[in-house]
Amino acid sequence: MSRFDNRSRVSTYIQSWVSGEPDFGAFESIATTTVGPAGASTVTFNNIPQTYKHLQIRCISRSAGTETVEGGLLMVYASPHANNAYWHRINGNGATATSANSGGESYSTFVSFITKSTDTASVFGVAILDILDYADTNKTKTYRSIGGWDSNGSGNISMGSGLNRDASAITSIALALNSGSNFVQYSSFALYGIKG
Amino acid sequence: MAVSAYEVIATQTLGSAAASVTFNSIPQIYTDLVLIASPIATVDGSSVYIKFNGDTGSNYSRTTISGYGSSAGSTRTSNATFIGSGWQVGGGTTSPSPHIYNIQNYSNSTTFKTILFRSNFAPYGGLSEVTAEVGLWRNTSAITSINISYLSNFAIGSTFTLYGIKAA
Repeated sequence: MSRFDNRSRVSTYIQSWVSGEPDFGAFESIATTTVGPAGASTVTFNNIPQTYKHLQIRCISRSAGTETVEGGLLMVYASPHANNAYWHRINGNGATATSANSGGESYSTFVSFITKSTDTASVFGVAILDILDYADTNKTKTYRSIGGWDSNGSGNISMGSGLNRDASAITSIALALNSGSNFVQYSSFALYGIKG
Repeated sequence: MAVSAYEVIATQTLGSAAASVTFNSIPQIYTDLVLIASPIATVDGSSVYIKFNGDTGSNYSRTTISGYGSSAGSTRTSNATFIGSGWQVGGGTTSPSPHIYNIQNYSNSTTFKTILFRSNFAPYGGLSEVTAEVGLWRNTSAITSINISYLSNFAIGSTFTLYGIKAA
């Protein structure tokens, strides 16, 4: 059976079917967490190997809460960082583009907007988070994020950046919601390592 | 020993102009898909359209944020028959407009499918744009095919590569 079905009137494609080879050997799966029926207030990756150059987290998630604002996905720090965490974002809600920031956070920084319980069922938010040079003890830690949700008439798309002015290697990462609500069942978080 | 999580599924490079490109029979062994498209226009001025599983119903929507070189804006499209990118394809027949689509948890049959993507169109003829979008396909079916098109033909040399990302 053909893998492709080009219904265009032109058929002269150069096509290739490559099943697993060559691969992108620098990108490896470290761990995945999928939230069960009871929900979860925090998703944590512990004991992160220090053998990669960068990390990436890819997630779909939804809040069980009824926040009056959209459920904000946050990176949460394992211990207070004495007002040393900062974030910026630009986001669009379908009508206007706006930008916001916060400085001197101690516990958490913005990653993305996601859906909440009053949004259409089965609609989850998505986000991709890149954490660069996470094991380098000569640098404070900066990440970038892109994420959002759409629910056919409402939605929010954002790009963000966060800084933790701590040069310690990152050995664990926690994600939670701004409201303190639970992530619902089927929310899924996958951590990848990128070799350098 | 860790195994690579990022694999090429298929690549198509147009040897002649084509109205659309479809990836069929997508393996259900990955967690996420990434589609990297570098389409070249044969006419200026159109979004690039993406559809799933041959669904031509009004089951798609999107929310965008864009920068136009001197201002930024956000738009929404609801009840559409495709998820369109920004005003992305144009600039003549030699300038590609990169699109990178992230299609997460594409094989689950529980959630509607939400995609994240970025696209851009470098300055040419007074038009330019960089865009990030979140799109929704209101269907819980696993995605088994992806169709990408625009209002006219993609030109020779347009490239489309589909990757799969596995999770632990």
